[in-house]
This record gives sequence, C-alpha cells and structure tokens, in this order.
Amino acid sequence: MLLLILRRLIQTALILLGVAAITFLLLYALPADPARMIAGRSATAQTVANIRRELGLDQPLLVQFWTYLQGILQGNLGRSYAQKTDVGALILARLPATLILMAAGIFVEVVLGLIFGIIAALRRGGPVDRVVMMASFVGVSAPQFVVALLLLYVFAVTLGWFPMSGFGSAAHVVLPAATLGILGAGWYARMVRSAMIDVLNQDYVRTARAKGLSSARIVLRHALPNALLPIIAMIGIDIGQFMGGVVVVEAVYGWPGIGQLAWQAIQQVDIPIIMGVTLVSALAIVLGNLLADIIAPLIDPRIRAR
Amino acid sequence: MLNRWLRNTTMATVLALSPLPIVSPLAAWAQETPKQGGDILITYKDDIATLDPAVGYDWVNWSMIKSLYSRLMDYTPGTPDLIPSLAETFDVSADGLTYTFKLRKGVKFTNGREVIASDVKYSIERAVNPKTQGPGAGFFGSIKGYEDVSGGKTTTLEGIEAPDDATVIFHLSRPDATFLHVLAINFASVVPHEAVEAAAGDFGKKPVGSGTFVLKEWTIGQRLVFERNPDYFVKDMPHIDKFTVEVGQEPLVALLRLQKGEVDIAGDGIPPAKFLEIKNSPEGAKMIVDGEQLHTGYVTLNTRIKPFDNVKVRQAVNMAVNKERITRILNGRATAANQPLPPAMPGYDKSYTGYTYDVAKAKALLAEAGFPDGFQTVLYSTNTDPQPRIAQAIQQDLAAIGVKAEVRALAQSNVIAAGGTEGEAPMIWSGGMAWIADFPDPSNFYGPILGCSGAVSGGWNWSWYCNADLDKRAVAADSMSDPAKTTERAAAWGKIFTDIMADAPWVPVINERRVVAKAARMGGSDKIYVDPTRVINYDAIYVKQ
Repeated sequence: MLLLILRRLIQTALILLGVAAITFLLLYALPADPARMIAGRSATAQTVANIRRELGLDQPLLVQFWTYLQGILQGNLGRSYAQKTDVGALILARLPATLILMAAGIFVEVVLGLIFGIIAALRRGGPVDRVVMMASFVGVSAPQFVVALLLLYVFAVTLGWFPMSGFGSAAHVVLPAATLGILGAGWYARMVRSAMIDVLNQDYVRTARAKGLSSARIVLRHALPNALLPIIAMIGIDIGQFMGGVVVVEAVYGWPGIGQLAWQAIQQVDIPIIMGVTLVSALAIVLGNLLADIIAPLIDPRIRAR
Repeated sequence: MLNRWLRNTTMATVLALSPLPIVSPLAAWAQETPKQGGDILITYKDDIATLDPAVGYDWVNWSMIKSLYSRLMDYTPGTPDLIPSLAETFDVSADGLTYTFKLRKGVKFTNGREVIASDVKYSIERAVNPKTQGPGAGFFGSIKGYEDVSGGKTTTLEGIEAPDDATVIFHLSRPDATFLHVLAINFASVVPHEAVEAAAGDFGKKPVGSGTFVLKEWTIGQRLVFERNPDYFVKDMPHIDKFTVEVGQEPLVALLRLQKGEVDIAGDGIPPAKFLEIKNSPEGAKMIVDGEQLHTGYVTLNTRIKPFDNVKVRQAVNMAVNKERITRILNGRATAANQPLPPAMPGYDKSYTGYTYDVAKAKALLAEAGFPDGFQTVLYSTNTDPQPRIAQAIQQDLAAIGVKAEVRALAQSNVIAAGGTEGEAPMIWSGGMAWIADFPDPSNFYGPILGCSGAVSGGWNWSWYCNADLDKRAVAADSMSDPAKTTERAAAWGKIFTDIMADAPWVPVINERRVVAKAARMGGSDKIYVDPTRVINYDAIYVKQ
C-alpha cells in the first residue's frame, strides 16, 4: 500500500510538471501580450517595454519556464499581473470556499443518487423507474449554467427561500451545491440502479429473502454495501469533474472560490493566476483519483492493491 | 492668476456644453441639500484589482482610488472642471515650463502624518519608476528628467523640486497644456512612502492616502468596506459614512437584488437584454442612471492596407454606415457620432456634420475610386455581446455598397494584438475597447489613437494613420499652456479633429452612454453617478432621508 502511494505521488509530480509545461506553452503562445494588457491604452511604447522587462517577459520562453518552475519548487506561484499580489495567497484565500462547495455538491449527488437509484432498482420497469431515469437523463444533460439560473430564478427570486448570491451562511450553499450535485446525481442514480439490480439478482439476496428478512434490511444491509463500490470510485473522479463545474457555478452564484478567480483571470490574461489555478486543480484531480484507489481495497478486500 | 484661469476654464466648459441647459452643479444641488450619513451596498462582477494608485487602471478601481487618495488637482463633482485640491494655489510661468504649487496646510494621511511637498515628489517618481510597473508613467513625460527615470538610470525626477514642506515646483521639458489634468489623474495620487515600504509590495491591498475614504476591510473575493475619513480636508465631504463593495456578483443577479432592495448601486449597470424591460417598468425608470461619458466608438480603416489606402474608399465607407440603426441595437444607450471627439469634450465642433448616411453617394465614390463592384475585406470585433451584433450591422451596411466584409469576432486581447500589427486588420470595430478619455481634454483623443506616435507595432492607432502636419499642429496646441488661451486651444484641437475627418481614417460611429442602476433612496444628480472623470463619485453621492 505504501509503495502504491509512493509510486502514485511520483506520478503526480510528473503529471503536474506536464500540466505546467503544456499550460505554460499554450498561454504564452497566445497573441495577447500581457504587458500590453496591463499597460492599457495610454501607455507609451517605453512604458510597455519597461513592464515587459520587469515581468521577465522579454526573456526566452525556456528561461521563463525554468524561472517559473524554480518558483513552484519554492512554493511560489508568482504574482498576479492585474491584482499585483501573491497568487498563492489569492488561491489559499479562496480555496476553503471551493472545498466547502465541492463537499456540499458531493453530499447532494450521493444522497440524491442513492435514493433515486435504489427506488428505481426496486421498481424496475415500472413507471416510477421510468420517471426517475428520465429525470436523471435530464440532470446529466442539462448545461450547468442553465440549471444554475433556473434554480436561482425559482428558489431565490420567485420563492425567496434562499439568498441569491454570496457566501457566509448555510443557506448560501444550498443552491450552488444543488446545481453541482444534480449533474452527478443523475449519473449516480443510473449507476446505483444497475449495480443494485445486479446485486438483487444474486443468490445471497434470494437467500436473505427466503429467510424472511424485511425488504428494508435486505436492501440496506445486504444489497447496498455491495452496490456501493463503483460509487466510491466515482467520488474520487468527481473531484476532478467538479473542478470544471465550479467555474460556472461560482460565476453564477458569486461564490468566492478558485473557479471564479480563474474565470476572471482568463478574461484579463492574468497568466500567473491561470497557471496557479490550473496546477491546483490538476493536483486535486490526481489526489482525488489516488484517494479512490486507496479507499477501494479497504471497502472491498477482493480488490488488492497492485 | 488662479481666478482668471478658473473663469476662462468655466467659460470654455460652458461654451463646449452649451447645448445643455446652463445650470451650475452647485445650483442644481442647492435644491436638495445632501444628507450626511448612510451605509450603502454596491456590487461588481469582477474582483477589485489593485488599489495602488500608481498601478490601478480599470474603470472599477479608478473611482475607488479617486476617493482613497488626494491629488494636487481634482474636478468639481459631475463636471470636467479642474479645481485645486491638495494644492491651495498654483502659478504657471509665462513660458508654460514652470508650475509652482502651494500645498494646503494641515492635511493628514490616514496614518496620521501630515502631507508634505516631498510626498508629492516621491509619489510621482514612484509612478514613473519602471520597478512600479505602472501603466501611467507616460503621462508624466513632459517633466524634466522623465527619460532618465523611465529608462532606469535614476529614481529621482530632476524636474520636481520641494524647496520646503509646503511648496512643489515642476519644471517641464516642453510646454504641456494638459499638465494640470495630468496632476489630477489617479497616477498622481499622493502616497506616504512609509506605508508603501511597510506594505512590502502589497500596497495595492493595504492602501493609505488622504482621500475621502479609508479602506477598513478587504476579504478577498467577497467584499471591501470603505469608511468615511473624518479628517478629510474639505468640510461636509464625503456624504455617506460607509460603503461596502460586494464582488463576484453577476450583473443580472445584482439587478434582481437591487429590485428587492438589498443593493443600493449595481455597479455593472443593467445587462443589455434587460434594459428595455427595466426602462419601461414604472419603478425601473427611477433606477436607471444614464449618463454621458467621454467615449467614442469607431471603426478604424487601415490606411496601410489596400484598398483603404485610398481616401475615397474610406469616405465611401463613412457614408455607408447607418449609425442610427446601431443606436437602436443598443436600445438607445448611445447617440450617433460624426467626429472623433465626444460631445461632452471641450473642442467638440457641434457645427460639423461629417459624412451623412447616403448609400447612393457612397456607391458613386467607390466607383470613382475604381471599385464599382466593391471588394472583399475583414472586419474585426470583440466577441462579447452586443459587439458582434454591431459588427454584423456594419457588415450589412457595407454589403449594400458592394463591400463584402467577413466579421472576425475574437477575444479582446486578440483584437488588440491584431490592431497593433502592421498590415493585419483592415477594419476594426472598437466596441468593448473603445477610447474613453483618461481626462477631459481633447489631446487625450489624439496621440495614441490618431497620431504618428501610436502608429507603431503594438500601438493603438489601428488606422495606422500618420499625418505629420497634424502632428505639428497637435504639438502647437498642447504648447498653449497659458490658462487664458483655454478657449483658443480647445478650438485648435477641435479643428484638428474635423480636419482628420477629411482623411477619414475612422468611421466615428457612436457615443455610448454609461448606465448605472441605483436604488430609489440614493440621492444626487445623475452626473455624479456617471461622473466624466471617475464614473461613480463616492465623495458626492448621498442617501436621501
């Protein structure tokens, strides 16, 4: 197990290096000149040249990349062009909000996915199953910004149950988390349904039923734990999925996380922030997958760590 | 000297603004005395970038920086009229090369220390120093010794003297009639060196000034809280006790919150799609502040790309664009333009009619130029609504005279890059990046966007228009620094711009108005919510009680 973790951590470092290199190259291949963006329209050519030199943008690309890598190894993600402050500090200040949102989103998708997946499996082929599967299909397919605006309009504007935007109380997290969770809930409902159907056809479930156990007990004690495995693997992968989703959801709900930070930085060609958020997201995705790999054998001894 | 100067400037402004009813802002306010007090909430979509006055340069932080700091010169709220601020009096030498300022006594930074002359010197040197990475360094180009500082040879400007704590003397290397405006822009804000040093590169997040407000709290990504500076040197300013800025709020959400009474000012205005709905609703009309700003939206015609090197082709295109239709696309939030200067700018020539919309005449001119069947070209535009729709309207107008233009809608930074590359972009619709004046002076609309100095790689003169004769006249106009010549100078500038139109390097299309949405309880004239020099004037707005 330790060996696995060690190996994966080394892989993680290599993946991050690759992500950093690709992002860096892509960003600097843009025709937009960051020095010019900072300088604005009234700046003289000399001012632009001065800014370019101070930022080190006049150096060859490889030198710039090397300087950047050296910074990262020292835990320094550079300084934002537009905000003129430390990128690491900006990301750290916003990371808790994103983590809260992701945790709440995972909670929503797991709870909704389990409930509807089990119901659909138990009522397989019936109208309830069809409705649930149809709804999950819609949930999977609906673009997140549409879901976000729809929820916002119905529950915040029309009904006024939740605040429209912002951060601070438990009420603020409900709509953004629901928006994030609905997508995953659709997947989970489908997965739980098929896993449950699989398990419910197993001999030991028939045996349990023959023993005269209540159906609630059969489902919760005997069937569900065995159907859970694929779900747990999914949660790890979801962390990566959510890193993409939070950009949209945070923008709509004014949620002060790193997705919003990235969105603003992209519009301003604020390369250090884009690099920083990309690296942190890549790290989260890789660690999420690693987590799933570590947890799986703990739950199901049939899976051995390779 | 000062009195004469003030009188002349006021006259010039009145002349320039004469289509408007002549009511002085003070008289307008007299009808409703601003109330003291109140705590208001303002929203913006994007994070506030730096509050360092030597660096900040976007329209959101611009007005906040204005209020956090003070400068030698400032403007009467809601007008383009210069007034002394940190300066008590000033004097300009006859040759226009020496400016002497006497500072107000007893003005204090919010850290408690008195503002002295050497602070002024330090602050401007800091804005010019390349290490600061300030975008506004070039504004101070007329101060003696500028090249040495911006070239990194030294850090002190030989052209600024502080002989005693209350006197600052500027020596210029050339007469610069805009110099008083330069001392009123944010980059000339006075900062205490000890606070800059203590912040260790983070002054933009820990600002200290001597303005109307103090930054009390900054929670990254969420809110900024500004409180009234009780020691501000102008009595009864500002009016509100406190304002909180919430960031990360989508304009649509902000508008809904405004309608519910949770927000006092939606800083990003009203999303275009909602504008008519709000405007036509009974309570909505009261929320809209629709103000004139120093803005012109234009299409550049690249004089170095065929067939736009032919002046007849450029004139034909000028006649082909239906500007009234474009103002309708913007739901009437703009007026048609016929010259580079916006109407509120001194020097605007209201007798000039420009090229009127005339398809038949445009076609005839095009045939005369040797293109009876038109030609193919490319029109660049930014890709955020409503700019591509406006570009398409122009595309249709051009099709009517046989010109087939391909619309290329790109991210703003890519359009800017294309414009600054020689021989790249035949036509660019400036929407979303258009010129809004840094200060209310006509020269601000020339150099970088129409003068030879801007027609360089990476420049903003996307027509690549360079007329050496006009450049000379521009220098001559900017040498009229005797305040008594203000009117004459504005007229000289006005003539430069209408003469440019004979060469037609631009199609001046519209003057866009800025829209801010405010709650009914917010008081003050519309002009202080769309102030020509700072957008929202936090010093002058107040809460009705």
